[in-house]
Amino acid sequence: MSWVLANLDVIAGYTGSHLLQALPPILLAFVLSLPLAKLANSRGWLRTSVTTSSGLLYAIPSLPLFVLLPGLLGTGVRSPLNISIALSLYALALMVPAASDGFRSVSRDVLGSATAQGYAPTARFLKVELPLAGPVLLAGVRVVAVSTISLVTVGGVLGVPSLGMLFVDGFRRGILAEITAGVVLTAVLALVTDGLLVLLGRALMPWTRGRTVKRS
Amino acid sequence: MNGNPYLEAFDWLADPVHWSGPSGIPMRALEHLGYTALGVFVAALIAVPIGLLVGHTGVGKGVAVAAAGAARALPTLGLVTLFALMLGIGLSAPLLSFVVLAIPSLLAGAYSAVESADPATVDAARAQGMTEWQILSRVEVPLGMPLLVGGFRGATVQVVATAMLAAYVGNGGLGRYIFLGLGSQDYPQMIAGSVLVIVLALVLDLVLLLTQRLTAPRGARTA
Repeated sequence: MSWVLANLDVIAGYTGSHLLQALPPILLAFVLSLPLAKLANSRGWLRTSVTTSSGLLYAIPSLPLFVLLPGLLGTGVRSPLNISIALSLYALALMVPAASDGFRSVSRDVLGSATAQGYAPTARFLKVELPLAGPVLLAGVRVVAVSTISLVTVGGVLGVPSLGMLFVDGFRRGILAEITAGVVLTAVLALVTDGLLVLLGRALMPWTRGRTVKRS
Repeated sequence: MNGNPYLEAFDWLADPVHWSGPSGIPMRALEHLGYTALGVFVAALIAVPIGLLVGHTGVGKGVAVAAAGAARALPTLGLVTLFALMLGIGLSAPLLSFVVLAIPSLLAGAYSAVESADPATVDAARAQGMTEWQILSRVEVPLGMPLLVGGFRGATVQVVATAMLAAYVGNGGLGRYIFLGLGSQDYPQMIAGSVLVIVLALVLDLVLLLTQRLTAPRGARTA
């Protein structure tokens, strides 16, 4: 505990860079997954291959991906941008199948009725399809957020600043409190973000209050 | 760095020196596979019976779901370094982290497998005079087998990745090449090690994906 109190500024700095690496991939994956999932759903074979390749991409451990990307991207192994790009790929691998399921959960009859009511394609997407797919999309974003925030720490072994540095430094110097603080803070950061997403979901989709959604 | 690091990594992989001896690629790959198998096996001994029980009786479902969700927030590197510092050098520290990280997937796979059986089918089995054990072992588990294997798939992905970090705290496995390369600024060796781990992870994932497809009961394929 005394270690934590004596190093609050260090911890705050790591937390800041942690969030800077984690939040853009979560946001980017959400925005990109919508058109990609619509595209995947337009053809049966495309949907199957997207789901399969997402599963395989997710099977690749993060550290090797962090190591392989810099040579291709022209970034360095110690660059936070490199970590964020790798995490965006993982986030997409989780989010595209989730969004694809979300759009499939919207009844075709409802979409047909909306068209009959005079909704133009864009308005129909924004006002009917997107809100109805919302609960499944939210479930997907929550998984993406928690796993992304936890994965950022792996960059610590390469020397990229994040809460993962507390594990690396704590292990090297034998400070148990430092590692424990890192584990607790990472989990808290993930769970707080998850809680905020739930609140955001309730505000944007008041009709789902009190219901939980499970993705098949 | 002068040359293309990817080509140099290829040269590194092609060098016969790296394919023999106790720190050669076959030995490191075997270590990695051994860690993974041991971690998933021990975790399965704990998680699968509990998951099946939760799925069959519905008791403790809330706790199981919450535990599986919360465990996703745990940073793997944090657990590996924490246990290594607490338990010292050796296999027990990484093994403990493999087990802790493999349990959520296996637990979720087991209870969702049992739950996925159509209640009408389960009732029909009960009406036929099957005991609860028979219902579980002959109806619910065979019907939910792909989901159960899916749990093993998720757990394996997790442990293969974590086994690589075990090299960071002094153990073997393919992660060794990455950390040796990192320590000596040998980027080609890091790339070579990364490629090896990725190949291992993908092969394991494909084998389990195939098992998942093959274990789907005929006539009852679910999406």
